[in-house]
Amino acid sequence: MAITLRSIQGDGDKAPLKPARDIETEIATAARFVRQHVIASIYRATSGHPGGSLSCADLLAALFGAEMNVWPNAINDPSRDRFVLSKGHAAPALYAIGAHHGFCDKTESLALRKLNSRFQGHPHIGDLPWVETSTGSLGQGFSVALGMAMGLKLQKSSARVYTLLGDGELQEGEIWEGAMCAAHHKLDNFCAIVDYNKLQSDARNDAIMRLEPLAAKWRAFDWAVAEIDGHSIPQILSTFRRVGATRERPSVIIAHTIKGKGVPYMENIPAWHGSVKLTREQAEEALQALGATHKEIKDYLDVDAR
Amino acid sequence: MSMHAEAPALIGTSGDSLREAFGKALSSLADEFKNVVVLDADIAGGTGVHHFRKSHPERFLQFGIAEQNMMAAAGGLAAVGLQPIVTTFAVFCLRAVEQARLSLAYTRRNAKIVASHPGLDVGPDGGSAQALEDLAAFRAIPGMTVISPADPVEMALATRAILEFDGPVYMRTGRSPAKRVFGDDHTFEIGKGNIVRDGKDVTIVACGVEVARAIEAASILAESGIIARVVNMATIKPIDTALLKRCAKETGAIVTAEDHNVHGGLGGAVAEALAQTRPCPIEFIGVKDVFGASGEPEELATAFGIDARAIAEAAKKVISRKKKS
Repeated sequence: MAITLRSIQGDGDKAPLKPARDIETEIATAARFVRQHVIASIYRATSGHPGGSLSCADLLAALFGAEMNVWPNAINDPSRDRFVLSKGHAAPALYAIGAHHGFCDKTESLALRKLNSRFQGHPHIGDLPWVETSTGSLGQGFSVALGMAMGLKLQKSSARVYTLLGDGELQEGEIWEGAMCAAHHKLDNFCAIVDYNKLQSDARNDAIMRLEPLAAKWRAFDWAVAEIDGHSIPQILSTFRRVGATRERPSVIIAHTIKGKGVPYMENIPAWHGSVKLTREQAEEALQALGATHKEIKDYLDVDAR
Repeated sequence: MSMHAEAPALIGTSGDSLREAFGKALSSLADEFKNVVVLDADIAGGTGVHHFRKSHPERFLQFGIAEQNMMAAAGGLAAVGLQPIVTTFAVFCLRAVEQARLSLAYTRRNAKIVASHPGLDVGPDGGSAQALEDLAAFRAIPGMTVISPADPVEMALATRAILEFDGPVYMRTGRSPAKRVFGDDHTFEIGKGNIVRDGKDVTIVACGVEVARAIEAASILAESGIIARVVNMATIKPIDTALLKRCAKETGAIVTAEDHNVHGGLGGAVAEALAQTRPCPIEFIGVKDVFGASGEPEELATAFGIDARAIAEAAKKVISRKKKS
């Protein structure tokens, strides 16, 4: 059995179908690249949020690698799907998946958080049109994405809108204003994904402001709810397919993830929510754990990005 | 026992108010500006967009009593090619200033915020409802155009102008019946003030409901031989610096008048512009850094020192400062 991209870049209908396992392998490769690029850019920036960038790498890789109709040569195509990174502090991960798919340059995007760089600490549409909107103030990206979904539906477009939320972000009241609104307007072209890594800036969600029962909250707001392992690529892909068939209701995928996933010394430690400064040794150790070769590590950390 | 078959009469939803002028203009322009969608937070009858809801229900979007989501969602609607008009009371725009900042202004969306019920003009609802800080808050956002038209004629013209303009705009309407200032030959251009009554001794620069009061003040001053110029400065940002310089040069003294805190609104904008170009004595008429209170708008204008008499007194004071300097 083969799964297919819902539509393929450019001359889509001529592209061959790919077996599911090949696509899963491609997505895993992309996710590994994202994690390596995240570590390298945050090391070079001497600040940034590694934990929440690493936890969403598989989700972003699945979205950009299979689920969404987006392609770098058509970033203004009105029929494209939209992605909004509502948890804007995971910008390094967005830049990395963008670089992997050709939306931006792999080397230039290493110049994270630098003066005169287009790769600011949080995504800005004025610098990078393909990021769809500027985010960084939690809760707002969700509402902007909702507005896109509402507008596309009004215009009878078949495009879908995806937004990635942080778990701590769900403490913003605006999220629940939007949750009520999206359900009321039956925005079935709207899919939110919660990167549920259980940790926020200072401590565990439970200690700061409890989110549970989280799935029940979304159900009570009349959303279609799926709960998955956010690091299982087959599960992510099959869930996107399933929620894509939802009618009359928006969908939320609660993706259980591990903060700092892929870097053993960061996993599940709130301190790595950042903004942190990585030492050379920490960056090398992380890249090694993420499967980078000696030469790749040197390139990531030393190449001139300006 | 008697039954009342009739619904209670709604208060303040009709009349020659700026919000009514806006709502009617928007409705009549909607067929020409086909991408316009109107966002409401359950106060369409108050903001005037009930006219649009009736004429174009398919383009009227209800967001419920949730202004932060509404404000940011306007950014998304604009992102997919629509022209969103966010409508609510001025005081509720304040609770969504950050959404306007990030999701409308930083992103340079072609979205408009139209706020009714600004200032003491709100009247009996009292201090909690009277936004006296909105011009300052929105003026401080980079790239945000800020407009406060003076009368129903100008409101209709400004409504067309903001639809033709590409970029984020904050525009005040008004709750109470507004005095007519302009004839049907009036023109409006964003960023341009206009002289509504000429004079040589002092210039009163006003916006919104204060323009009518400024004209009244000029009449009061005329009784004591002072010939005051009145400028309608409907665009607070970008401010018409060229006209201000001319007025400073020709009359040598300025009074600003606004239904807003004296800090950060029209007075601030005028002072900033003139301090850097042609300094002259300025007096500021506005609410003096306090909150409002319940009362009828005219009573409040007197109680808080923004009525015609207060403007006239300020004009005399600024003229005396001119003579000393």
